[in-house]
Amino acid sequence: MTDSQAERVEAFFSHEHLTVIEPRRGWYMLDWRELWAYRELLWVLTARDVKVRYKQTVLGAAWALLRPVLTMVIFSVVFGQLARLPSDGYPYPIFVYAALLPWTFFATAVGNAGQSLVGSSQLVSKVYFPRLIIPLSSIGAGLIDLAIATMVLVAMMAWYGVGFTPNLLAAPLLLVGVVFIALGFGTLLSALTVAYRDFTHLTPFMIQIWMFVTPVIYPASLVPERWQWLLYLNPMTGLIEAYRSAFLGKAFDWAGIGLSFTVAVAIFAVGVAYFERVERRFADII
Amino acid sequence: MSLPAVRIEGLWKEYRIGGQRHAGETFYDALSRGLARLTGRNEAESQAAAERFWALRDINLEIRQGEVVGIIGRNGAGKSTLLKILSRITAPTRGHIEVRGRLASLLEVGTGFHPELSGRENIFLNGAILGMARREIARKFDEIVAFAEVEKFIDTPVKRYSSGMYVRLAFAVAAHLDVDVLVVDEVLAVGDAQFQRRCISKMGDVAGSGRTILFVSHNMTAVRRLCRRAVWLDQGQLMRAGTVEDVTAAYLAESALSRQCERCWNDASGPGCDDVRLQRLAVKPLNAADRDGVASIIDVSSGLRFEFEYLVKRPLALNLSVLLFTSDDVLVLNAVPIEDVHWFGKEFPTGRYRCRFELAPNLLNAGIYRVELLFVRDQAHVLHREPNALMFEVHDVPNQSLWHGRFPGVIRPQFHWATERIA
Repeated sequence: MTDSQAERVEAFFSHEHLTVIEPRRGWYMLDWRELWAYRELLWVLTARDVKVRYKQTVLGAAWALLRPVLTMVIFSVVFGQLARLPSDGYPYPIFVYAALLPWTFFATAVGNAGQSLVGSSQLVSKVYFPRLIIPLSSIGAGLIDLAIATMVLVAMMAWYGVGFTPNLLAAPLLLVGVVFIALGFGTLLSALTVAYRDFTHLTPFMIQIWMFVTPVIYPASLVPERWQWLLYLNPMTGLIEAYRSAFLGKAFDWAGIGLSFTVAVAIFAVGVAYFERVERRFADII
Repeated sequence: MSLPAVRIEGLWKEYRIGGQRHAGETFYDALSRGLARLTGRNEAESQAAAERFWALRDINLEIRQGEVVGIIGRNGAGKSTLLKILSRITAPTRGHIEVRGRLASLLEVGTGFHPELSGRENIFLNGAILGMARREIARKFDEIVAFAEVEKFIDTPVKRYSSGMYVRLAFAVAAHLDVDVLVVDEVLAVGDAQFQRRCISKMGDVAGSGRTILFVSHNMTAVRRLCRRAVWLDQGQLMRAGTVEDVTAAYLAESALSRQCERCWNDASGPGCDDVRLQRLAVKPLNAADRDGVASIIDVSSGLRFEFEYLVKRPLALNLSVLLFTSDDVLVLNAVPIEDVHWFGKEFPTGRYRCRFELAPNLLNAGIYRVELLFVRDQAHVLHREPNALMFEVHDVPNQSLWHGRFPGVIRPQFHWATERIA
């Protein structure tokens, strides 16, 4: 952070700062400056979620390993061995696991973010801060889980002897794309859930369906050429395929990635814009 | 004159009465409402309009830097709504507010505390939620812990704290906020008396250091002690703003108007015990006692007659003891029937009794008084204590002086003041 930035942020909390409170209607630009001034709260809330996540559990953080690994084993048996789904020539376990990690992160992030505002109703109705902090902070804990589970993926790569290529360098960037989509949907759903509790029930179901229209347990190549575009309308398709390519050393589908990123940014913008629009009503209706 | 710390202009806040229902509105309802609007059917909209109410109506207020302002009013008067708008938790419907400097609100003690986290972790969490920077919290950490008296348990999850410890820790964090404007709701309602005293003195310190405080409370003693100015809200409107003495007196006077100066009970429902039960209690101004029953106002020049009727159900040596308190809970007097030579110390056979005593005119000062009644057996054993037997108000009388406030002091006798020039 540069000095002038620091000054601006300090000024935000200074004794001379004049806050104007007025009715707000319609669409508003997100106040990035305010959000930045509250970045410490974002960090503290994220740290809280990480700390609390495995408190009073016997296995603790091992759950972050167990869940994806067990899922991978079950999927390998059911979809790999019994259903004999193709896996682009790679061993099915590593093929599914490489996609399962970003997908699990995404599903958890969207689910948590969607419930985050309603779960923090006590905060929302008693103290002010940029509400966007709440869905944002609910995503951090999932990243830690992802990092832990990735260690198993690296071990599997060594075991199967695949994937140690420069492609790996793209993984963090792809993850940013996933985070953007998760944030976009998460903030949108969190705002909708405040007003309409229907989404409490709808969201998990929607995410479940979503996994099957995303090439997680099957390769995108399984879908006939002329229907591929339909698959790629789903922004997660390009990202999940690319994420898998990064870890398996497969060639990237740049068109798919580009499309996914475009949609990701659009979804993020729509989610945040809607959130900002209804933010002021939260305390009255939560 | 210092700058205004808070300036409120034409503030209105509208709520839907079905707010709860709106929260539970399903997506389908909203969709059909949206469709109805699109197709020009406006029934839903007009119905909604009928279910609205104004929680705040045209509030205009200016609070200067360093002022400590009490906000008083009945439940539902709009006090909390005002605080919520100032703390930006909810948005105003109309109006314009300017807040100079950092504003922090303490609408509830322990907002955001997480039960699984330790006291130490919660201090940082709660501090961050209230808008404190990490190094600021770190700097004040020891002070906070000392104030809360939780040194020994600082690394214990707060879910294992007693409720007292929990409240102390939560208040300690908020009290150490370095802000320009502090907004405090009825947080003192929790915690024991000793803790309340410390909170009030801590808030006094904060106020003394030039910070602006807005303080909502039902405790008039606390408001009078802490605040120099007060604002009285009623049904969303600003009734009066001014010095704390003036506004609290007006508020108490208004709320006293509806108080009865006579209470009656039927046999079993009266206050008392199996041996004796109160049936009627009245306080009347003496100047009106003989004027064909027209209820007259009690003012400082009135003599007062207290009347009691009670049932004695078992023979016993009974006496009443009547205590009179001011609204600040200062005991004014204790009336015991020792002059009542025919009955005092004697045994009362079963039956219905009426007794009365009188207070001289020009004795009580203007104010609200509370009557506490004791039934005593053998001049020693309290059979029953009724702390809120009756409330009544003594009104001021106009006088010739330029002073329009209430005279200080508990009593307001006539002085027969006389001056003569002797040289």
